[in-house]
Amino acid sequence: MTGLPPRVVPSAPLLALQQAGVAFGGQPALRDVSLQIHRGDRIALVGANGSGKTTLLRLLNGLLPPSSGQRQLPPGGRPPVTAMLFQRPFLLHFSVRRNLQLALWLAGVPAAERAARVDGALQRVGLQAKAAQPARSLSGGQQQRLALARAWAVQPDILFLDEPTASLDPSARREVEQLIDDFGQAGMALVMSTHNLGQAKRLANRMLYLDAGRLLADLPVDDFFHRTDLPPAAAQFLKGELPWT
Amino acid sequence: MHAFSESFSLALVLITQADAALWQIVALSLRVSATACALGAGAGLLLGAWLAVARFPGHAVVVGLLNTLLALPSVVVGLIVYLLLSRTGPLGSWGILFTPTAMVIAQSILVVPLIAALARQLVADALREGGDELAAMGAGPLLSAVLLLAHARLAVLTVLLTAFGRAVAEVGAVMIVGGNIAGVTRVMTTAIALETSKGDLPLALGLGLVLLGVVAVVNLAVGLIQRRGAAAVPVAAGAAA
Repeated sequence: MTGLPPRVVPSAPLLALQQAGVAFGGQPALRDVSLQIHRGDRIALVGANGSGKTTLLRLLNGLLPPSSGQRQLPPGGRPPVTAMLFQRPFLLHFSVRRNLQLALWLAGVPAAERAARVDGALQRVGLQAKAAQPARSLSGGQQQRLALARAWAVQPDILFLDEPTASLDPSARREVEQLIDDFGQAGMALVMSTHNLGQAKRLANRMLYLDAGRLLADLPVDDFFHRTDLPPAAAQFLKGELPWT
Repeated sequence: MHAFSESFSLALVLITQADAALWQIVALSLRVSATACALGAGAGLLLGAWLAVARFPGHAVVVGLLNTLLALPSVVVGLIVYLLLSRTGPLGSWGILFTPTAMVIAQSILVVPLIAALARQLVADALREGGDELAAMGAGPLLSAVLLLAHARLAVLTVLLTAFGRAVAEVGAVMIVGGNIAGVTRVMTTAIALETSKGDLPLALGLGLVLLGVVAVVNLAVGLIQRRGAAAVPVAAGAAA
């Protein structure tokens, strides 16, 4: 990171990147990114299209290996349980309930626990009445709620969200935002990419700003929006985006 | 024209009166092709799923070869299986040449590339849509591929019906390895060829009508499946060799 000093945080991180970089075919997509994710973090990841937000989320979640630097898990302890929500959730051509059961099976949850977890997750997102329906017959907002239920069911330590409301109408967006907020209140660390700075303000307590694959700012949310010494690229980004929030 | 209409009438009589010889041939055809497709499905779906996720040197060559084998001539398959199973061949001790088992083996080999190539494409397309999400949930590459086959099961069924259409309509392989022995290895396509050469046009035409009916039913099934919104591959049922 350049420009601003890193935040000072007390607890041991759930996950950390140490000067991590990712390159595709020799072209760098992320460069020298260092950051830590702690329990209670609600991180909004902002930046222009192509700045590396999705790549950073995939790197953090272990879907991509770093081309340079390191992705560090807590030494000695268990690795954090993670889940990821995508802009357009991929639901299998099964029922709502079967999709949840499958996620739990893949997460290694014992069979005896699955039914209760499925019911709890469906109740959490208000889809109990849809349990037997084909998942792909749900509306866009309901599908995203099902994807959140799938994440909730595995009880992750960190939930990664890649523009989770970008393709939703305002009503569905409010519902999904409320659920994300609930998940944060329940203790999950959230790392969310978004183009919506208003949403970032509502949901996040920490802002990361990426520009051309570099992490230029890592600040508490109030500081990000009110400091006058932001790196020029971040300040320009804010000027360009704020009128639409 | 008179001979055609007369033969056509006699053919309809054979069909409607449930001629025993005719239906025995039909039953053997369906049994051989269905068994071959079941065996070919096991191998072809797994091969296709694996090729969709595997990355190794020469992968593109293997995929290219597989796609080339989509046009594998059935007579070539018949010839290879014949050489393997003939008394002097490496598998001659099995003693299964000129049996329905040999015909099943030949048709299985014929449909495996078709099933594998189409399954590979199905899985590759689905992986682009949901591969990251399955990986994020903890599914390894091969498990993801198998899950995506289950996810696209209606399209997979379309693939299998397409393979069945190819198998039941081919003549070259079953003629060579089956020998067209009456009551033992005679199937619809080989019987049509034989009866036509003998001049027994009504039986040949009757079998031809039944074969057309089978292929039509297969295509109808494929159409119904596609109508359910699961079509993902081109339909080629009835592509005889």
